[in-house]
Amino acid sequence: MSRGNPIWTAATYALLVLMLADLYLVFIWAPTEKTMGDVQRIFYFHVPSAWVAFLAFFMVFIGSVAYLIKRDLRYDRLALASAEIGVAFCTIVLVTGPIWARPAWGIWWTWDARLTSTLVLWLIYASYLLLRGFVEEPLRKAVLAAVVGIVGFADVPIVYMSIRWWRTQHPSPVFGGGQGSGLDPEMRVAFFFSLAVFTLLFAVLVSFSARVKSSEHLLGTLRRRLAIKE
Amino acid sequence: MAYLFAAYCFVWLALFGYLRYLQNRLNSLQTEVERLKDAVEKP
Repeated sequence: MSRGNPIWTAATYALLVLMLADLYLVFIWAPTEKTMGDVQRIFYFHVPSAWVAFLAFFMVFIGSVAYLIKRDLRYDRLALASAEIGVAFCTIVLVTGPIWARPAWGIWWTWDARLTSTLVLWLIYASYLLLRGFVEEPLRKAVLAAVVGIVGFADVPIVYMSIRWWRTQHPSPVFGGGQGSGLDPEMRVAFFFSLAVFTLLFAVLVSFSARVKSSEHLLGTLRRRLAIKE
Repeated sequence: MAYLFAAYCFVWLALFGYLRYLQNRLNSLQTEVERLKDAVEKP
């Protein structure tokens, strides 16, 4: 029976409190947007999820480069943990977007540059995870995955810049989008709090997931050593 | 707004559940690692 690390338990429950506080800020604190109404509240979930997906894919890129340079499997495990979480958050982006689009645009989906490049991003990192399942040999798997992790990251700036480079149906940037962009101060509090909670959640998830993968690897090594000894 | 709130809660619960799963798995793996380390080091 495991006793558990008190720091991890405290971090987990602190996150739960922050998640509940985020619900309060999004649904009670933040005012209702005049044109779109309550459906605009998706914004507090959609944008932070996209931010976390970008952050996760950046970590995949860093982990992949570090693996190819140092050939240390710890970096590969960091990249894998980040890719899994990045794909999960990218899925949230692709689900929450159409839920907002249906009442706002009257359609669930359109093949504009932002939506299409985001779907391509999801497909790249879903392929990254699938590829790892198809290759048996661990070192070959790590090298191939690192190459996909590095090349695939090229789509992240394309997704980010798509609404600036091309005319899209997707709304223009809320921050740094020129005249008329920006948020009501109360909405800004809810948004940045949500962004912080999502980022913390990502950091804790990656940390736990990478540690789980390292422990599984160590356990395998110990089992082999024990089998040889016996 | 109720459906949106329910969807938010569902996603938060799913993410928190995954976090708890990882934490429990990590705890049990580390206990097993400690046990095997002792077994390997025994003469």
